[in-house]
Amino acid sequence: MSDFDRSNDSGRPTGTAVSPADPPSGPAAPGRFPDVPSIELDGVTFEYPDGTRALDGVSLRIEPGEVVAIVGQNGSGKSTLVKHLNGLLRPASGRVLLGGRDIRDAHVAGLAGRVGLAFQNPDRQLFAGRVSAEVEFGPRNLGLRGAELQRAVAAALEAVGLAGEAAANPYDLGYSRRKLLAIASVLAMRTPVLVFDEPTTGQDARGVACVRSVVAGAVAEGRTVIAISHDMRFVAECFGRVVAMRAGRVVLDGSPSEVFAESHWSELRATYLEPPIAAVVGARLGLGSTPTASGLIAAARAALDGRPAAPGPADSGPNR
Amino acid sequence: MAIELAGITYRYAGASRASLGPLDLSVAPGRVLGVAGANESGKTTLCLVTAGLAPAVVGGKLEGSVRVDGADAAGLKPHELAQRCGMLFQNPSTQLSGTTATVFEETAFGPANLGLALEDVLERTWWALRAVGIEGLAPRDPARLSGGQSQLVALAGVLALRPRYLILDEPTSELDPAGTALVADALVRVARETGAGILLVEHKTEVLARIAAEMVVLARGRAALSGPATEVLGDPRLAELGVEAPARMRLERELRAAGVEWTAALDEALA
Repeated sequence: MSDFDRSNDSGRPTGTAVSPADPPSGPAAPGRFPDVPSIELDGVTFEYPDGTRALDGVSLRIEPGEVVAIVGQNGSGKSTLVKHLNGLLRPASGRVLLGGRDIRDAHVAGLAGRVGLAFQNPDRQLFAGRVSAEVEFGPRNLGLRGAELQRAVAAALEAVGLAGEAAANPYDLGYSRRKLLAIASVLAMRTPVLVFDEPTTGQDARGVACVRSVVAGAVAEGRTVIAISHDMRFVAECFGRVVAMRAGRVVLDGSPSEVFAESHWSELRATYLEPPIAAVVGARLGLGSTPTASGLIAAARAALDGRPAAPGPADSGPNR
Repeated sequence: MAIELAGITYRYAGASRASLGPLDLSVAPGRVLGVAGANESGKTTLCLVTAGLAPAVVGGKLEGSVRVDGADAAGLKPHELAQRCGMLFQNPSTQLSGTTATVFEETAFGPANLGLALEDVLERTWWALRAVGIEGLAPRDPARLSGGQSQLVALAGVLALRPRYLILDEPTSELDPAGTALVADALVRVARETGAGILLVEHKTEVLARIAAEMVVLARGRAALSGPATEVLGDPRLAELGVEAPARMRLERELRAAGVEWTAALDEALA
């Protein structure tokens, strides 16, 4: 069981996307998003009323500015976990801390300005009659008005490629664009922490590219991004840290190179996951852990030149 | 015997232009027809028209003919149509009845409403639950499932109707990789064992490569590419139509583009 409960310290990623922890209340460094809190789950357990134990003692610490993918089998507790981050669900036991403070007594409305969560199912989130009104709702409730509000709305719609649809009815958009709209309505709130529940499902190639640029943009600003995904290529290429869950527990936690290394494939398959194809090819060629195409290419070139592989750009964790 | 769409054009009520067509297409028994295309290219509309729900249920204007095993779909009553064409919606919460207390009852809802004998209802329900690997969820509350689990329950509910044709709008979108592979294999089995014709809308081209004999890529409501799935998936125009080639094919292209020296070992590793 040595791979279990690696969540607290040993699996810390060393990737470039992981910024050193700025003190959450300290002055913002230039180009850094202000007041990005650390997130800590400490022995969190949650049961649904029908007795399903969705979280079973999850401990996890996410530093400000980290970009974390949560992966795992359907029903392994991923969505339940992220709903604890903005207080939609409260732990049966254990604690959730934002910026070092227990959020036990914090209201969802108060947390909404710090942790933005885009649901898996956009139809659980959207309610307005106009796309612009939908996106305005969040920032307006956070107190934005006038030109500032309009700028936030326009930037969010632009980010997901819906700038031309501001006057449309959300339900005249197809499912994939309703999902992008749900993401825009969270982006407009300018929260220091962004959480996306399966943002790429139902998206075509352009939609996936759009989600990738949303993630990259938020990371460049120093915001924390957490996303649930089954798309292992997206996970390997866009995230500095991967947390794998099974049956309400964290079973793997590390950089893509670490988590997708061949030694973890049996664990991944036990939680219904497959390593990215680049990782499989790299392992078959004896090139080490290469979860991304760029990492595989670098390793293949280095092997041909007789040099040890340099890590790829999106997976700078230690190669095996 | 087939669902035949001939000279179809469909426009939603109030829309200024057609969302689908002109288009001709045929879903043959025992085969999987794959459909891919960019967002808003007409995939879901094609499902609604093929299943006979548009315009009968959602309104709008349809030109051309939809024939199910020779009968005009427009002339079929809803219960007749439901037994011929089972449709799985993209969003499982649109599909689930919301009236049942357990996954078992939810899956049994369709066959029970067909007025079958109790033992037939039970047999079909267990068969459908097993086909998608969720017999373990049978006692659970359908309202308390994860997104992916809900999607499997919705699919089991459609399979339990044992329709002659299955119209599936992204049945694996919320599923983990193993769940996706399980559903793909289940669809092949259903097509073979029950002779059902399957129209499968999928963004995951790996799934289409694995189980679709033929496929269509839609663009602005029309068939931009069509033919054997292996040919369509290898077509260089695929990317500009907003469809990604299967992961293996993409990786091979990226490696070649990067000038990685090609070896037999690499060929073998990609196989």
